[in-house]
Amino acid sequence: MTQSSKTSLMQKVIVCAAFFNGFIIMTIELLGGRVLSPYFGTSVYVWGSIITIFMLSLSLGYLWGGRLSSRNPSHKIFASFFMLSALLSLPIIFFAEWTMTQVFLSIEDPRYGSLLAAILLYFAPICLMGMVSPYSIRLLVSSEENSGRMAGLLYFVSTLGSALGTLMTSFYFVLWFEIDTIMWGAVAVLLMCAAAITIVHKLPSQEAAGVQRYES
Amino acid sequence: MKANNTLYRAFGQWRQCVLFALVSLASLVTGVVSAETLHEERSVYRNIFVTEVDGRRCLLFNAVRGERNQTCMNMRNPKEFVFHYAKMTMAGLLVNPNPKSILIAGLGGGTLPAALHELYPDATIEVLEIDQAVVNVAKEFFAYTENEKVQTHVVDARVFIKRAGLQGRKFDFVVLDAFTGEYIPEHMLTQEFLEEVKQVLTPDGVLVSNTFSTSNLYAHESETYRAVFGDFFNLKMSGSGNRVIIAQQQPLPNQGQLKVNAQPLYEPLKSYGVDILEFPARMGTRPDWDQTRRVLTDQFSPANLLGR
Repeated sequence: MTQSSKTSLMQKVIVCAAFFNGFIIMTIELLGGRVLSPYFGTSVYVWGSIITIFMLSLSLGYLWGGRLSSRNPSHKIFASFFMLSALLSLPIIFFAEWTMTQVFLSIEDPRYGSLLAAILLYFAPICLMGMVSPYSIRLLVSSEENSGRMAGLLYFVSTLGSALGTLMTSFYFVLWFEIDTIMWGAVAVLLMCAAAITIVHKLPSQEAAGVQRYES
Repeated sequence: MKANNTLYRAFGQWRQCVLFALVSLASLVTGVVSAETLHEERSVYRNIFVTEVDGRRCLLFNAVRGERNQTCMNMRNPKEFVFHYAKMTMAGLLVNPNPKSILIAGLGGGTLPAALHELYPDATIEVLEIDQAVVNVAKEFFAYTENEKVQTHVVDARVFIKRAGLQGRKFDFVVLDAFTGEYIPEHMLTQEFLEEVKQVLTPDGVLVSNTFSTSNLYAHESETYRAVFGDFFNLKMSGSGNRVIIAQQQPLPNQGQLKVNAQPLYEPLKSYGVDILEFPARMGTRPDWDQTRRVLTDQFSPANLLGR
């Protein structure tokens, strides 16, 4: 495989990974309402808590992901975002009930109860998923003039992923599967993204020393 | 500043125009709102309308979409229950004729708690309503009153019942009436929720659940109740899309017992337009649904999708 075809393959992988990342964020957010409702109800403030925490996690993720991308950006670190967010999603499957019981017992007001529960369950994985976006832009951009174009492409695929994640989860997944099954699916897809990035990164290329740049 | 004011006024007028257009449209489409709209209450959940026509005052949700009436009150005889489902709720008294602690999830116009308070002045009645706006409307337009026996909590019923269970509280008459017809609270249809309700029932306590008999959901819901309570009474009336589930922890009384319990209730319930004597014969336990349907759980409860 030539360096340029490897670069172009990696770009496709990064764009796909950003798509699934956006998809999974919204899948987890929509399921969040169902996860929290047995303990905190479905009052409007429960959705308020979930959306607030998701927005907050994403915003900090963007900030930190952007900062990280300016120090030795590598595909290894990029793959590790997916690996870690998969691992950090596991507590939503295994410890959600225990966590929410503790919160329910210690906080009587369901507004703050749902807010705290949302922080404990979702902050870490969603923050990591937020880091993916700026980091993938850094990996895709090769020159100043195509930076806006690449950022636009990234916003496009990740937001399109989010739209489809919302639709598929609320229309179909909850009808077909149990919540935990859907969460396992999300974990599996995140791990596959990590694997795809790692594998493509490790592919041998003939012009290992050649400096190739993607020009669009 | 001046420009701002003008802009603001223009915006205000524009908003009024849109509102007017919507209300006119609603009256055209539904014909329901052509009844005099007495009041519109804004709420974080939905808009609530109070209408009155021919001496019948009704509380409606989302009148624009032509939603059915939630509660109606005959102003000439405010005691009388207007709808079948409200009358059918009283069938729970056949199973437990002497409730002392009553829990009602879903206030509506407040006619049910008012009637139960009148019938059982010594019983404590706690009403759970998620929407403060509904409480306001019930008090202002449907003569709903609170006192030391009747109390309202603005809370999600599942949250209240879960906490009541942890506190070891018990009720001997629980009514679930939280289904508006437009959106079903999915977390209140699951096996786990019904287990929590069971926890707050006294051994002779009765659960009366007002739901729908149409749609796919019927079988799922029935299987879920059966998973938790075993056999239950299924009360349906012709001319009503509602069905009332009546369940208990201990074995259900037989027909003879129901008829015996009905006798002393006949007179007091008559003034509410309820003929309690016609209920026992309609209360069956035989499943009339597809018993292979899946039980709804917190993990799997697409009630609104199944209800299509």
